[in-house]
Order: sequence, then C-alpha cells, then structure tokens
Amino acid sequence: MSVSQRPPHLAVALDAPGVPGPFEAAPYVHLARLAERATLDFATLGDTFARPGPDALAVLAGVAPHTAHLGLVPTVTTTHTEPFHVATAVQTLDWVSRGRAGWQAEVSRTPAEAALFGRRPAAPAEALWREAADVADVVGRLWDSWEDDAEIRDAATGRFIDRDKLHHVDFRGTSSTGEPFTVRGPSIVPRPPQGRPVIVLDATDAAAREAAAAHADVALVRAEDPDTAYAARAALRARAAELGRAPGTLRVLASLPIELPAAGDAAGLADLLTDWHAADTADGFHLRPADPVRDLGRLVDGTVPVLRRRGLLRRSYAGTTLRDHLGLDRPVSRYAARTGKASA
Amino acid sequence: MTTSRTPARKRLHLAAHFPGVNNTTVWQSPEAGSQIEFDSFVHLARTAERGRFDFFFLAEGLRLREHKGRIHDLDVVGRPESLTVLNALAAVTDRLGLAATVNATFNEPYELARRLATLDHLSAGRAAWNVVTSSDAFTGENFRRGGYLDHAERYTRAAEFVATARELWDSWSEDGTPRPFAHHGQHFDIRGEFTVPRSPQGHPVVIQAGDSPAGRDFAASAADVIFTRHGTLEAGRAFYADVKGRLAAHGRTADSLKIMPGVTFVLGDTAAEAQEKAHHIRRRQVSPQNALLAAEQIWGTDLSHLDPDGPLPAFDPDPDARLTQGRTRLGDPKEIADRWRALSEAKGLSLRETVIEATGRQSFIGTPEAVAAEMDAFVTQNAADGFILVPHLTPGGLDDFVDRVVPLLQERGAFRTEYEGNTLRAHLGLPEPARSPVWKG
Ligand SMILES: Cc1cc2nc3c(=O)[nH]c(=O)nc-3n(C[C@H](O)[C@H](O)[C@H](O)COP(=O)(O)O)c2cc1C
Repeated sequence: MSVSQRPPHLAVALDAPGVPGPFEAAPYVHLARLAERATLDFATLGDTFARPGPDALAVLAGVAPHTAHLGLVPTVTTTHTEPFHVATAVQTLDWVSRGRAGWQAEVSRTPAEAALFGRRPAAPAEALWREAADVADVVGRLWDSWEDDAEIRDAATGRFIDRDKLHHVDFRGTSSTGEPFTVRGPSIVPRPPQGRPVIVLDATDAAAREAAAAHADVALVRAEDPDTAYAARAALRARAAELGRAPGTLRVLASLPIELPAAGDAAGLADLLTDWHAADTADGFHLRPADPVRDLGRLVDGTVPVLRRRGLLRRSYAGTTLRDHLGLDRPVSRYAARTGKASA
Repeated sequence: MTTSRTPARKRLHLAAHFPGVNNTTVWQSPEAGSQIEFDSFVHLARTAERGRFDFFFLAEGLRLREHKGRIHDLDVVGRPESLTVLNALAAVTDRLGLAATVNATFNEPYELARRLATLDHLSAGRAAWNVVTSSDAFTGENFRRGGYLDHAERYTRAAEFVATARELWDSWSEDGTPRPFAHHGQHFDIRGEFTVPRSPQGHPVVIQAGDSPAGRDFAASAADVIFTRHGTLEAGRAFYADVKGRLAAHGRTADSLKIMPGVTFVLGDTAAEAQEKAHHIRRRQVSPQNALLAAEQIWGTDLSHLDPDGPLPAFDPDPDARLTQGRTRLGDPKEIADRWRALSEAKGLSLRETVIEATGRQSFIGTPEAVAAEMDAFVTQNAADGFILVPHLTPGGLDDFVDRVVPLLQERGAFRTEYEGNTLRAHLGLPEPARSPVWKG
C-alpha cells in the first residue's frame, strides 16, 4: 500500500441522475449548505440541452451568496455555446463567489440538440472533444487576458487601466465540423479572484481523455472498482506529463454513484472511501447521490464524522478559494511580462 | 393600499443603472469603489430595493472599446457578465426587477431564452432582457461566428429572435409538460423541446434600446419598456409622442410600453450648491485626456499634439474617419464641430471647457425638492413614464437619491411607498402575456 500524502479531495453532485432539477433556488441552496457543512471541496451541477432543467451556472450563481466556502462547479457545454460567453460567465461566477468557481466542460452529442440551434450538424464524439479542448484552451487564455494588476486608476494620466496589461489572445481553433474559428479577446471581464477558475472534465470516455490531460485541473473518472480508477489516473498523469504539464497540477477524482437508503450505509461509505484512499486509488472522490436530499443528509450525519475522526476530512475550511481547497496554485497570467522567473 | 387603483395620478417608474463602462462614471475620487467586486453590485441593488425601484439594470459590451487601434483606457474598462451577476443578486434581493442587456446578434435564441427563463424562475418573476443589436465585425471578432450581419438586418434578426424566444417561453403546457416547438424563419430554423417550464412572469420583461425608426418600430411591436437617451423635456415629449403613436398599428395600447430615458442627477442643499457640484463632477468626468479624446472622436483624427486648455481645432472633421471602435456614433461630426466652435467662441471656452459644457450635462440638478418636482413634471407632461437613473459613483451613487428624493416623490403621490406586487411586470403595471393561442409546434 502506498502512503497517501494528503486526505482525499471530496466533491458531490447536486443533481440526481436523470431527474430534472427543480426550477426554484431554495432546494439547491439547501443541498449546497449541506455540502458546505460536510466541508467538501466543491459541488457539481450538471447541465444539458437534451432534458428539462435550469441553466446550471445560473443556479450556482444564486447559491454563491448563500454559501461562503464551497466550490461551485456548473457544467457548461461547449458544442453550441460561444467560447467567449463561456469564459465571461465562468469568470463572473468566480467574482460573485469570491473565488469559488469551477467549470465542468461537456459536449452535446445528439442531432436533437443540434436542431435546437440549427447551425451545425451533430458530430462524432472525437470531433466534439477536440473542439472542447480548443474551447478550454481559449477560455483559459481569455481568463489570462487581463493581468492581475491591469487596473491602475492613475488620476495623473487619466488612465483607468494599464493597457499594456491587457492582451489580445488571437486564438485559432478548429470547430467540430472542421472549420477554423478565431477569438480575438481580450475578455470583457477583469481577471477574477482565482486567476483561472478550476476546469473540471469527466475523463471517463476515451474521447475526453486528451482534453482532460491537456486542460483539466480536476479530472473525474467514473469507476466501479479501484483498479479502473487507479489505471485511469496513471494514464492521465502520464499523458499530462507528455504534454509538458508540471506534476501535481492535475487532480484525478474517482466519481462514484452512491445510495444511502439506511443510516448505517453512511458509515459503510466512509469505510469504502477509507479503503480506496488507503490503496491510493485516486486523489479524491466525486460522489453522485441517487437521491441528493436524502443521501447528502446521511453523508453529513454519518459519513463525515467518521472520516473526520480518521483524519481524512478537514473539520473546517482552511482556505477561501476552490484552488485553496484543491491545493492548486493560483496561476500567473501567461501573458504577464516574463521578468526573470518563468511561469508555466 | 386602497388608493392604488385611482387612475388619475400618473406615477413614475424608477430603475437603477449600474455605473460602469460609461464616460459618466467617476472613478478617481476616494468614494469610488470597485467596479467589479460583487459587494458593489449588492450595495447598489439593495439601495435600489430600499427605494422601491422597479428594476436594476446592467449594460453590456462584448468587445472592449479601442481608440486609434489600442484599448481605450480613459474610462472604466471591464465588467462582469450580466446574467450571472443578476442570478446572484436574485439571492440577496426580494422584489427588485433584474434587467440584463444581452446582444441579439451574438447569441442564439434557444440558449438565451433558456438563460432568461432560468433567471425568471430563480428570481420568482423579476427578470428583464434589454435587447440590443450590433452587427459590427469588430465585436464579431470575439465570436466563433464572427461579424456577419448587415446593419439593416440587425432589427429583423432581433425581432425574429424575440418572437422565437416567446415561442420557447410558451412551449410548455399549462400542466407543466414540455411540448415540441418548431420555428422556421429567415434567421432561425430550429426545433425540439425547451428545457424550462413557463416562468413566473410568463415572459421576462422585454426592454429595447435603439433610436432609429427601425428601432422604434421594433420597440412598438415587441418591447415592454424603451430605454432612451432623450432626457430633456422637449426631446422627451417628441420621442414619447412618436413612439406611443406607433403602438396602435401593432394593436397595442399606449400604456403597454413604458418609456424610460437614462438620466443623471446631482443633488445639493441649495440650487447653487447643486450647480457647483455638477460642475465639479463634470470636470472629473472630462479629464484633459478625455477632452482630447472626445474631440478626436468628432474630428476623426489624431489630436494628441493639442493642448486641452487651448482652442478647438481650426480645421473641419474628417467625415469618413473611424478612430474609435465599439462605441455608438452620436451624430454628424461636421454639425457637432460647428456647434462646439460656436459655443467656444461665444463663451471664450478652451477645448476641455467646451467639451464639459457641450456634452453630458446632468439631466437633473438641484435640491431634492426641485429634482422631485422636475421629475414628476416630466412624467405628468408625457416626456417619459419613468427614469433609468445613471449615478456617477459606484457603489454609493444612488444613496442620496433614495434617502432624499424618493421620500419626496412618495409624498407627492408620484411613486409607490411599498411594492404592491412580487414580479417586475406587477411593478411596471404590465399584464402577464397570454400564451400564444395557436400552437405552432
Ligand atoms: C439608451 C441606449 C442604451 C444602449 N445600451 C447598449 C448596451 O448596453 N450595449 C450595447 O451593445 N448596445 C447598447 N445600445 C445600442 C443599441 O443596441 C443600438 O445598437 C444602437 O442604438 C443603434 O441602433 P439604432 O440605430 O436603432 O439607434 C444602447 C442604445 C441606447 C439608445
């Protein structure tokens, strides 16, 4: 058994699989507060144009003022949404949550979704994920397009910003249909508290692996057994290294469906997480409750105390941003003048 | 309130414009707070709600402005994305309407209708959409689709966009099941199912900002509120009569479209103090650098060699030059230059003083009593149905107005003392739109 350096990262999905979410704010606030009582790193909320449900990023923007620490990670799809809009919306979520935003990128696969937009045909998964990788790339660049200290408010020269610290990104990518696309930049939103909000990708499908290895801060791997999760993490880390990423900049979480119909199941879940963690299967766990209201309640009452006793879960948040929770550094803008030290 | 049904007294509507990427926003003074931190938005929205305002308003610009090929740096630059801020504000306010400016050219109806319907649900019926149009390739460079729309087509697209959004908002049945929709038009050819049930207001409130005849017709056919720049009594009355006159042709009544000019204000304990403050604010808004820039925008050429405290250029503007991108053009350059030179000569004003005098004088300057009376007169004389107030300071720029003017408006019976309904439509006195009678799915 390898030594686990640090406690596992824990995250939870607020949406039940296949069940349309409510359209009012209160139920989400309730769930997010439970997740925050459990001192989890973040909560995800899925989104798709294919089934009923509200806009997930909007929902989590509404949750932000009701919470103080929990990371907030909505899905925003890349296939039919302009990359520029993705970038500015997620940046703004980071502003309104004071540094707790993440973004789970997803693709829209079906012809039915394509028909809602009427602009481009459905494409194969590989092409959609190649485009999603380009979108993640340009979104990250737009997040860097303002340096942190661009706002100067210099009364003497009348300048609000130092425009040398704002950058056109001039990105060239390829859409899922094979046509080139460009995004000029800079973003219209100043660089947010985390610099770059956290990018989360579900790397379970082979088609999404490359995008995750290249661009994810957190990769989710749906796994039924520890070996699958372990192998997926090894592959992702190896590929990230090949792509030139520094070690320790990618967190791989095993994404597990959970169901806690009886109170005793919550302690059982604590044991399972303890075992998987002891086997160094993953950097943490993303839990997908079958019934979020019931299961999150049981998790708080039954799983969390056990994990805390075992030293596997914080008792209170030490940091304030999602990057803090994940132990990820706040990145310097890639466009910042490279004075002396190189920044990755 | 038992008196609220009396129709005799015309009451005004009030909205708060977040002071942002505008040359009216003063950012150098010590009271000027963050333009981007959420606290600033919370402060302004809560102040507006304390004042029982109809709605809070956010503008939008999808490309940072550039001047002489470089990013414009003399005004506030940068702002958050509107709908995301408003969803967060919905969590910290209860009654205030929440209006987002969102471009109809660089969005798709399905996605935007969904985002707006979500805001309407999460805010329990307080969402509004200010439909703006642009067609410039400059803004289009930020988008995968690029700039692709003829100027003439911007309103046909906007009109079809709004109509399509309404079809989507109506698409779920009364008992809450999605029904298939299909829209086949010139700009959009889409079908499927909407993911969101009909929202608390039926349709979010639709606002239009645009002034050309085509823009006015679009508003008369499709909007609930017009946001205008006509902030003087004479111009307001002419605009009001023109726009209300267009409604009948669309089968609409005069009170179904609210006319709300964007206005600025300065309060003082005496009229003289208010005037003095107004001048002081104007000097802050028009820095020497900004004065030169304003002249360059009219003359269409580099004037950086000029002294802002010296005279205006003696030569005429270049009629075709386009030094500034991403900003709306406000008139014929030669005409403006002639007007400025006449003013400068008559009063012996420098370039900067001329710009201060000729542009952007505050709409309402005076004691709280005088401003309340003047606003009331504007509305009773049909120059407006209300105002979108644009404070010059973030985030405290509305505090004085709410503390000192709103009570006087209420005393006069010109403004509500309590919210009487829960939705923005209720505040504006607009009915919930009927579901489209003919199902087009
Ligand atoms: C009062 C007012 C406010 C406006 N606000 C915005 C805005 O926030 N964002 C934007 O892109 N355009 C804005 N516009 C521009 C209009 O959408 C439109 O492009 C412009 O007025 C030209 O259209 P027109 O020829 O019909 O006037 C505004 C226009 C007016 C009159």
